[in-house]
Amino acid sequence: MERKNPVFTAFVYICALLLAAVILAPLAWLFVMSISPAADLAAKPLRWWPQAADFSRYVQLLSRAENSAGAAFTASLRNSLEVAGMATLAAVVLAVPAGWAVSRTPSVGWSLSMVIATYMLPPVALSVPLYMGLSWLGLLNNVFGLALIYLTILAPFTTWLMKSGFDSIPREIEAAAMIDGAGLFQTWRIITLPLAAPVVATSALFAVLLAWDEFFYALLFTSDQRAKTLTVAIADLAGGRVSDYGLIATAGVLAALPPVLIGLVMQRALISGLTSGGVKG
Amino acid sequence: MSGTWMTTRAWLLMLPLLVIMVAVIGWPLVDTVRLSFTDAQLVGTAGNYVGFDNYTKMLTSSNFTRTLSTTTWFAVVSVAAEMVLGVLAALLLNQEFRGRAVLRGLMILPWALPTVVNATLWRLIYNPEYGALNAALTQLHLIDDYRSWLGEPGTALAALIVADCWKNFPLVALIALAALQAVPRDITAAALVDGAGPFNRFRFVMLPYLAGPLMVALVLRTIEAFKVFDIIWVMTRGGPANSTRSLSILVYQEAFSFQRAGSGASLALIVTLLVTVLAVAYATLVRKTAGSAT
Amino acid sequence: MLKSIGKTLMGAVFVGGLFVPHAFAETTLNALFMAQAAYSEADVRSMTEAFTKANPDIKVNLEFVPYEGLHDKTVLAQGSGGGYDVVLFDVIWPAEYATNKVLVDVSSKITDDMKKGVLPGAWTTVQYDGKYYGMPWILDTKYLFYNKEILEKAGIKAPPKTWEELGQQAKIIQEKGLLKTPIAWSWSQAEAAVCDYTTLVSAYGGDFLKDGKPDFQNGGGLSALKYMVDSYKSGLTNPNSKEFLEEDVRKVFENGDAAFALNWTYMYNMANDPKDSKVAGKVGVVPAPGVAGTSEVSAVNGSMGLGITAVSKHPDEAWKYIEFMTSQATQNQYAKLSLPIWASSYDDPAVTKGQEELIAAAKLGLAAMYPRPTTPKYQQLSTALQQAIQESLLGQTTPEDALKTAAENSGL
Repeated sequence: MERKNPVFTAFVYICALLLAAVILAPLAWLFVMSISPAADLAAKPLRWWPQAADFSRYVQLLSRAENSAGAAFTASLRNSLEVAGMATLAAVVLAVPAGWAVSRTPSVGWSLSMVIATYMLPPVALSVPLYMGLSWLGLLNNVFGLALIYLTILAPFTTWLMKSGFDSIPREIEAAAMIDGAGLFQTWRIITLPLAAPVVATSALFAVLLAWDEFFYALLFTSDQRAKTLTVAIADLAGGRVSDYGLIATAGVLAALPPVLIGLVMQRALISGLTSGGVKG
Repeated sequence: MSGTWMTTRAWLLMLPLLVIMVAVIGWPLVDTVRLSFTDAQLVGTAGNYVGFDNYTKMLTSSNFTRTLSTTTWFAVVSVAAEMVLGVLAALLLNQEFRGRAVLRGLMILPWALPTVVNATLWRLIYNPEYGALNAALTQLHLIDDYRSWLGEPGTALAALIVADCWKNFPLVALIALAALQAVPRDITAAALVDGAGPFNRFRFVMLPYLAGPLMVALVLRTIEAFKVFDIIWVMTRGGPANSTRSLSILVYQEAFSFQRAGSGASLALIVTLLVTVLAVAYATLVRKTAGSAT
Repeated sequence: MLKSIGKTLMGAVFVGGLFVPHAFAETTLNALFMAQAAYSEADVRSMTEAFTKANPDIKVNLEFVPYEGLHDKTVLAQGSGGGYDVVLFDVIWPAEYATNKVLVDVSSKITDDMKKGVLPGAWTTVQYDGKYYGMPWILDTKYLFYNKEILEKAGIKAPPKTWEELGQQAKIIQEKGLLKTPIAWSWSQAEAAVCDYTTLVSAYGGDFLKDGKPDFQNGGGLSALKYMVDSYKSGLTNPNSKEFLEEDVRKVFENGDAAFALNWTYMYNMANDPKDSKVAGKVGVVPAPGVAGTSEVSAVNGSMGLGITAVSKHPDEAWKYIEFMTSQATQNQYAKLSLPIWASSYDDPAVTKGQEELIAAAKLGLAAMYPRPTTPKYQQLSTALQQAIQESLLGQTTPEDALKTAAENSGL
């Protein structure tokens, strides 16, 4: 076998190191920038490692003093959590019945295909009426309004994942419960949902990641601390008007932490979720 | 239980999802179509019916054709690069070596990094005066002078593509890796015994397993790349000299900066139509590959 | 249905808010500022704090966005019920804001004392069609900053009086090997580039519009762009200028990597602050130069005003806040990053102390301020100009053709 060939083994290790470097270098640099004094970041030649680590920017961004830059940042952090949380919860609640329906009654499946096809629509194609509609409802610059829109981004994905999950639960188990006199919702509660728990968790995580990442709608539909999300707050910082690159990097690190931690901890579930969508295509 | 009841019940269960989708996506889409035939302003006037004026104006403007080609170029190159790099990384991760599990875990990081953070990070890296890229390349003596990566039309789009690829090729790699691991060991072993070279083993043993999932990834990534907004908005806002302006940015400018809701809507629908045609073409292709692979 | 859910939820939030004990019946104002140039975020926050201390029944929420987002945010927030009450607006927007009813007409609130005390140039910032749409707040133009140490090393006695001289001095600095590219500008595809261009248009005596039609493609407007292209091509200008905004220019200048830089007032005291700047104490400032035979100095009107939005439910409290922010006392106290709109402040030692050089430059510069065109379609005109500037700099087209195309695409 080739694997025993030492030249090939060396080649594999070199490639692996290269790949690790490609993945890690930009991320490591983001972190280093966040703890480097401003002078180091403007030095020529560039100083790759700070003389003294400086964590003051983290304190600055996480402070809650009224009308400070930290208050603005923590408000956007809170908004992101609220919007992502609400949208995810609603997306899962909608996805369970819908996913089950399509799984058990494939004849209605075409409607799910339509729902998923909305993914193709560029957000700009909906933005003007949505803007006017939200304005009419008084939901502009409002976390509920934003969550409602995010729901339509997340729900197609969660429903699709839930459907794949339900597909792998044999109908016979449910049928047995029903024969024993359990109603539909009781059957779900006792049999189906416990069996589908991992899929529910996976789709919820996906939903959180998607909502956390959204930028375009948040840029248009939020304007201040009452609803502005992290992505918009960071884009504001990076808009060329903050001269302390370390502060921008710090905001980036803080915004990236939740999804990156979810990604690392839930790796296996996420990959299986990705591929169940992918392989079954 | 009768089939009709089953179907009725299924529709009832689907109802909440469908209602929300129709209200938040269906209705705005219809309204966008209506707007596209008017000269409505974003704030103020409701607008008058102007027929196909907006469409002819947009389709014939040099801005549109130029932006279309920029977007296409971005989509084709970045998706192609992501596919190739992704498959190569997957082939590597499919080998046995120490630290493989760790490396596989790392692959999830760029994908989990929020798009806006990724764009910000690369913007800092490309900074012409104090950026890490210029510093690294100079210290390695690969370039003599600091360069303006995002300021030159020749490099700005490429720089965006690199940033986009870095974030997205790991996703392709993870999907491809899962597919590779589904290749039964005995088939690989048999191919080795038959004396198949590495290329043939990839072509005849692995590719049939990869084709389906890769096509799906290809479709999704292409649609996303065609709709691209975030990364360009943060890194260049379409500059220099509009050389990185994507269709989505152009629509934003028309509808929101210039407040011309009507012509913005028509432009948005043109983009939607393009993406749909693309997606349908791909879907047909996916069905064909899926058919031939099995 | 959706509306009622939204209202109920908001009601719930509101009721929740009532449980927080309040000492006063509060009015909350939402104010939009920019995170850039002029007054720093910290300055605006402490001015506001002083205001709320004096007016405990009014609470002010501050929001800072990059300049690039200021216009779109103001317009977009119009639709939202709880939009901004007070917005910062640039001198180029009153025409559009007045036409689209974004800002309210405050002509009746401007007192005679204000009319007499505020510099005439500042008023142009908030006027359109004979009406006032706010109070001027930031009185600003672009000055020529220079690094005294570098000029001294190059043996240059005095900073340039004309743009031609600027080129000659930069060449000396370059030839002596002091700096590779001595001049820094903000020529990114953004409004910043139009401001630099306007400064040059004023130097060359050009016109943006003639009888409502574009005229920048002829005469002074064309010479201005040609100067930019020549300076870029000659290598005297930092080539990265084409992706710089004002903050990038400041960073380069403060790092000692530029001998000359065109920038707003705020850079003077920031670059003189040894905490962040390597050139503290070596910062020189003069009005932007002129062109022999045409002008002595040049300047762009880069002022900004504070206005009340049409959707504000508290216009009286909003005006109170604006009055406080634009008052002579407040402006004199924070005169380090932005100079007051009040004429008599320029002779007040409390204001001039420690920045005599800046005040001297301001007296000349502010008097020469040249406006960008007043039109509701300014955004489109500006976008067309930005493209023309960048395409000519990059050599994709000639300045003549670029400006001709811009005139066609300007929407006028």
